[in-house]
Amino acid sequence: MLSKKLKILWLTAITCNGNTHSFLNYPHLDIFMDTFEFIYHPSIDSAYTLNDIINKEIACDILIIEGSISTEYIKADAPIVDIINKYASKVQKIVTVGTCASFGGMFRESDYKDTTGLHFDKERPTSLFEHIKEKTISLSGCPVHPDIIANTLYSIEKKRAIELDSLLRPKEFFAYTVHNGCTRNEYFEYKIDNHQFGKKEGCMFYDHGCHAPYTHGSCNKILWNEVNSKTRAGLSCMGCTEPTFPKGDFFHTKKNMGIPQYLPFGVAKRTYLTLAGITKAFHIKRLEEDLFDD
Amino acid sequence: MSIKRADKKKEKKELIMQRALELFASKGFYSTTIPDIALSLKMSVGNIYNYFKSKDILAKEIIKYISIYLGNKLKDINEKDISTQEKTRQIVEVYFGVALLKPEMIDYFLRIYLSNREVFQDGCEGMICVNEFVTEIMIYFEEGVECGDLRDQDFFSAFGLFMGYLGGMVFLKGENILPKKLDEYVDDISINIYKALRT
Ligand code: SF4
Ligand code: SF4
Repeated sequence: MLSKKLKILWLTAITCNGNTHSFLNYPHLDIFMDTFEFIYHPSIDSAYTLNDIINKEIACDILIIEGSISTEYIKADAPIVDIINKYASKVQKIVTVGTCASFGGMFRESDYKDTTGLHFDKERPTSLFEHIKEKTISLSGCPVHPDIIANTLYSIEKKRAIELDSLLRPKEFFAYTVHNGCTRNEYFEYKIDNHQFGKKEGCMFYDHGCHAPYTHGSCNKILWNEVNSKTRAGLSCMGCTEPTFPKGDFFHTKKNMGIPQYLPFGVAKRTYLTLAGITKAFHIKRLEEDLFDD
Repeated sequence: MSIKRADKKKEKKELIMQRALELFASKGFYSTTIPDIALSLKMSVGNIYNYFKSKDILAKEIIKYISIYLGNKLKDINEKDISTQEKTRQIVEVYFGVALLKPEMIDYFLRIYLSNREVFQDGCEGMICVNEFVTEIMIYFEEGVECGDLRDQDFFSAFGLFMGYLGGMVFLKGENILPKKLDEYVDDISINIYKALRT
């Protein structure tokens, strides 16, 4: 009997397989596999080998790409570009998982020539895969959260309209900033950093390099391992969902004469400084004390 | 309130602040009373209280008024597409220009705002009442560092150098010690400041 499951090809290019690892932590993988099947996945049992994928004509509904792309990169004797083109023409949707596949990411720095994401080199649009752009959804992140992969695939399966931003990311997950929902928001409001990594007190924007106010993502709404986020746990957000990742200055805020160089999205410098001047003038004792130990 | 009436009220408020400024500068803050201000404006004391509930409130409003006045002038400079060195010169020029045209403003800032902190404690915490002015100085510094012209350092070490120097010159001028006119010092002083702050 022919399976009614949606057929997915998970193709890896230049990658550390971080998104595969993230996806393997999806807590409802068994239920997921009732609706989807992998015709090929590098780490999950699948019906075909990579050689079959390259040399045979195999039906496929969704192409997932993990890792950055270079015209020089060869997989099982076939250029990755040819494998992508072969399947891109037949699938309903293409999903890039991770920042490498979406914008180049970490592996943009690899020795392969012109390594980029599928449609973007950082934020600059590229032309190599222009013809398949309208099929693509970018799920950036280093790695992307497994719920975001699974829920996007379910939306495709249910044929729901998925609204995308200008970088092809679903607004559902990327219209927010990571700052949204962080448990340290009160400290942010009153400009209190005095943080030590791993501690519960303090916001990390002012001294410790937190990129969350200018990073799009749902990390503080859809928690990691269903329990926590980087910033809640006490580590600064590194901006891994953005095309500019890795931007550097991960643990220290880049400042010019004491003023952070990167401000929260959409907030003009003058507005920020005016507000900062006001809140800095006050001391909120409660927020300067430890939450637990007296 | 109609727009016309609101404008009129604003005008009157500014008039009171301007006159109070002049009196504070010439007679001193503590020796100037609300009746003195009323008398010199030919207004009734009660009417002045319609605009400002107390002398302390008037004092705070005046410092905000000066901050907005200077802040707007610096904002125009910050928004120009000119080098940091030229911005430095124009800021010094504007500051000395105000010291010449409206000496009571700079005088108020230096002698009253900075020396009578007790008056400004409640409601003017930190730099709230001089926010507009300080914000523009911050933008001038920040953009100077970002484009590589100015050396990155603590904000206050740069701010102190800039404002302390200008304040000192205006003070010397007020004491009639300067042999030359204040505006003749603009070029040298802006070069000194720029050299001290640049990378
Ligand atoms: S630590 Fe980061 S995410 Fe949390 S409140 Fe501060 S800036 Fe926002
Ligand atoms: S908190 Fe920031 S760095 Fe961490 S996963 Fe989320 S977007 Fe990436």
